[in-house]
Amino acid sequence: MSDVRQVLREANAEAVHRMLAAEPVLIDVVAAADAIPELGEGMILHAGPPISWERMCGPMRGAVAGIAVFEGWANDLDAAAALAARGAFQFRPNHDFAAVGPMTGMTTASQPVMVVENQASGNRAFCTINEGLGKVMRFGGNDASVLTRLAWLRDVLGPALGTALRSSEGIELKSLVARGLTMGDEMHQRNVACSSLLLRSLAAALASTCGDRAILTTILSFIASNDQFFLNIAMAMGKAITDPVRDIKGASVVTAMSRNGTDFGIRVSGLGDEWFTAPVEMPDGLYFPGFSAADANPDMGDSTIIETIGLGGFAMAAAPAVAGFVGAGAPSNAAQITHTMREITLAENPEWTIPALDYQGVPTAIDIRRVVETGIAPMINTGIAHREPGVGQVGAGVVRAPLACFESALWALGKRLGVT
Amino acid sequence: MSKTSELPPGQSPQRVKDTPVSLIQGSPRVINVGLSGFAEALAAQGVAVIQVDWSPPARGDADLATLLSKLSD
Amino acid sequence: MGVGKATGCDMSVVFNQVRTGVFLDSVVLMRISRELADLEGIEEAALMIGTPSNLAILERAGLLSELGRQAGGGDLVLAVRARDAATAEIAATEAERALERPSRTGSQAETWQPRTLRSACSVMTDANFALVSVPGDFAAAEARKALRLGLHVMIFSDNVPLEEEVALKREATEAGLLVMGPDCGTVIIGGVPLAFANQVSRGDIGLIGASGTGIQEVSSLITRLGGGVSHALGVGGRDLSDAVGGSSMLAALKLLNNDPGTRHVVLISKPPSTAVAKSILTEVAASDKTFSICFIGAAPLSLPSNATLLRTLKAAAEHAVGTSINAVAKEWGEGSVLPGAGRSRIVGLFCGGTLAAEAQVVFIDEAVSVASNAPIPGVSQLVAASHHVLVDLGDDSYTRGRPHPMIDPTVREGELVRALGDPTVAVVLLDVVIGHGAHVNPASAIARVLCKASPDRPVVVASVTGTKRDPQDRDAQASILRGAGVLMAPSNADAARLALACLSLID
Repeated sequence: MSDVRQVLREANAEAVHRMLAAEPVLIDVVAAADAIPELGEGMILHAGPPISWERMCGPMRGAVAGIAVFEGWANDLDAAAALAARGAFQFRPNHDFAAVGPMTGMTTASQPVMVVENQASGNRAFCTINEGLGKVMRFGGNDASVLTRLAWLRDVLGPALGTALRSSEGIELKSLVARGLTMGDEMHQRNVACSSLLLRSLAAALASTCGDRAILTTILSFIASNDQFFLNIAMAMGKAITDPVRDIKGASVVTAMSRNGTDFGIRVSGLGDEWFTAPVEMPDGLYFPGFSAADANPDMGDSTIIETIGLGGFAMAAAPAVAGFVGAGAPSNAAQITHTMREITLAENPEWTIPALDYQGVPTAIDIRRVVETGIAPMINTGIAHREPGVGQVGAGVVRAPLACFESALWALGKRLGVT
Repeated sequence: MSKTSELPPGQSPQRVKDTPVSLIQGSPRVINVGLSGFAEALAAQGVAVIQVDWSPPARGDADLATLLSKLSD
Repeated sequence: MGVGKATGCDMSVVFNQVRTGVFLDSVVLMRISRELADLEGIEEAALMIGTPSNLAILERAGLLSELGRQAGGGDLVLAVRARDAATAEIAATEAERALERPSRTGSQAETWQPRTLRSACSVMTDANFALVSVPGDFAAAEARKALRLGLHVMIFSDNVPLEEEVALKREATEAGLLVMGPDCGTVIIGGVPLAFANQVSRGDIGLIGASGTGIQEVSSLITRLGGGVSHALGVGGRDLSDAVGGSSMLAALKLLNNDPGTRHVVLISKPPSTAVAKSILTEVAASDKTFSICFIGAAPLSLPSNATLLRTLKAAAEHAVGTSINAVAKEWGEGSVLPGAGRSRIVGLFCGGTLAAEAQVVFIDEAVSVASNAPIPGVSQLVAASHHVLVDLGDDSYTRGRPHPMIDPTVREGELVRALGDPTVAVVLLDVVIGHGAHVNPASAIARVLCKASPDRPVVVASVTGTKRDPQDRDAQASILRGAGVLMAPSNADAARLALACLSLID
């Protein structure tokens, strides 16, 4: 076997091993600045690969303005926008700081972030708390109601969750997700089972550590009313699993997929922190009444970390109802989608299995070589935002990662390995 | 982290090369890559055959296909 | 169930229905909503569970009436904005039907087809070989993947670069695997015909051939002579070149040597170079099987004692079985149709290249000059002024951009019409190859052309390569041809002889 083949094979085997060996545990909620020391005045982390203010889509600009007001860096939204246009803020990807965020993905110093620790490798990853449905900052919402809610998360829910988690051993996530898979969740569009299991795990600790009954009531009803509460935890889990897979020389496994509403970017283990980007694609889905594809924002968010670890679109067979969205086909096609994603991955996860597929493990470790060879792009289950900031979710569907990202990454890997 | 000489769980095993599978013992078990008529004819005779839904590698891009062949393992 | 109406703007009607205690998946509901919204006269429609956030969405869309506003989290709300009340009722009925219909069964689910050899292997874990027939540019890469997955490979594709063939066969040798091809159209394993092959009898005669139609003719003749085939392995048209060195034939020989079901082996090929012939014959000499070696048109060469050299496919089949065709009842007598005066040429139109080569051997052995577009040694290259011609219509120059004549008879039709209308032509000689992969009824296609020809036409002589058990049924095909006035011969070699015999009857 040639040198290059040997290098690739061993590097990818190591990458797969690290992914499957992860032990993610939700251990805490802390202020973002405590988790990420670099987060100071004027620094805004966002979803997706690097992007400048000029290229940001409407919802992301709305979110930036809102978060700047929230942090007290501007008096109102217009002033915030003007500051942003002048370059007063530093915009960096969440991914550069062991963080991820859904949709606009705003992460700033005072916001509470959930902490997931990978106890097999020791690294931690962070994600803000899911705000709920409707008019929220992750869809670009930035009015008083949005900021009030963020303040409540910062002052009430975040600290309470943190206290509850610290009073316990933390919540082991791999087995929770495994149960969710048997209950119809795929952890991207469907999180109701995992959200319920999480609340079950947390309820006693919350009740015993939160002295104020009124506050406890609002906390419990907030979590209980949000089917997607677990999404942000799943995302932090995904980041905690993939971060140790970075920088394995010669490995062709994808360590991140992410979008900022303008660009779709991927990172590859053997290519370190380099982003390979292409324009995001438009989602193909079903819309809530009153909305149509004309209202849709281009694809956005760090939530594609979920597909990167074999869940979401890759686990479609566990959630056939999700396959019913336009673009994915009939629910009976759900198994086919998972089989198709298996073509572009190196392994199956024996701890995350799908009963409908005779307990086959979810397809894990996307290999850019297989993506390019087969022309099968990763399939992503996603919510669809309104293109105007602040309106919120208008539908849900599927979107593909652009093949161009994988092709340019392959050329770079070829050059790095000396075959071109 | 353990160094790898064994395969991680979930990876399909390569066949052991010092005992190649027999071509002529028993009925052929065929993987058909290409003209589906061949697979249909075999299936009609009750022969074990599976059809691959094949498309050109790298969507027909010859340079990428060459690169892929150099990076395959 | 309650029904409420409100008048929306533009005289459209807002209509709500609330069902209590109903839960359905939100995606199912969204799909039904889309179906309703697509109904004629419906402006917008939605089916949603009555949670506060869903009601807010319905309100914002102008779909809520007072009744809908009362709905709770355990209720299913149907909300419709329609052109008029009657249309709204239609939507309500449709919704009722959609909610009650059984979910789609797996009728929409097609069987999943793997997209790669690799995933096909994970489904068929005991696969033992890959049949590759993708375009030539891609065939070598697929064959390599198959070898690395531990599979033997049959490469039907042609136009595979020679250096790829050499590299593949080197890799196959190291792995102990057999590459059959490229440009291998015929393989029979354990009685199973693969690609273009015939339904032949099983027996103890193994075949190894560098030619598909050569294997087809020999295996069919063996069957008709009362013998049977253990396995027939193709090695591809270039295997016995110096560059490839007979790699696959040597591997196939080893395979059949170790097969207790094979007593006798027939080798079929154009004559190889001295060097390649030497390595083949060394392997032959070391075997305990007996051999019929058909190097088509070969000059005598020294052979080990367990081998006999034959110049034609027919002779090889007869030698392998130990009986001869002429001992079987003659299939033809002298035809009543003789070529008219002034006709002196034989035109052979062949689908099978090896069958054209065999016909050339017959001409050489009867000392008759002939030309061909695919000449064997001793035969001239075909030119406009050539007298007798034997044309291989499967040759690259004829098949570029067109289907192979074995699959599509119309390719030969044009040439046949021209030959039949040529006043200098005395005999038209045809091969008719049937079996799996071939045209469903080549005899009828020929008969149709003959019906339209003028009665003053050349004699047509043909043979059918195949067996009675083939889908087309050899006997039925021969019948159709006879009925159209074709003189039938029991083998391709005999047909060439018959054509020459007809010619000698003119003078």
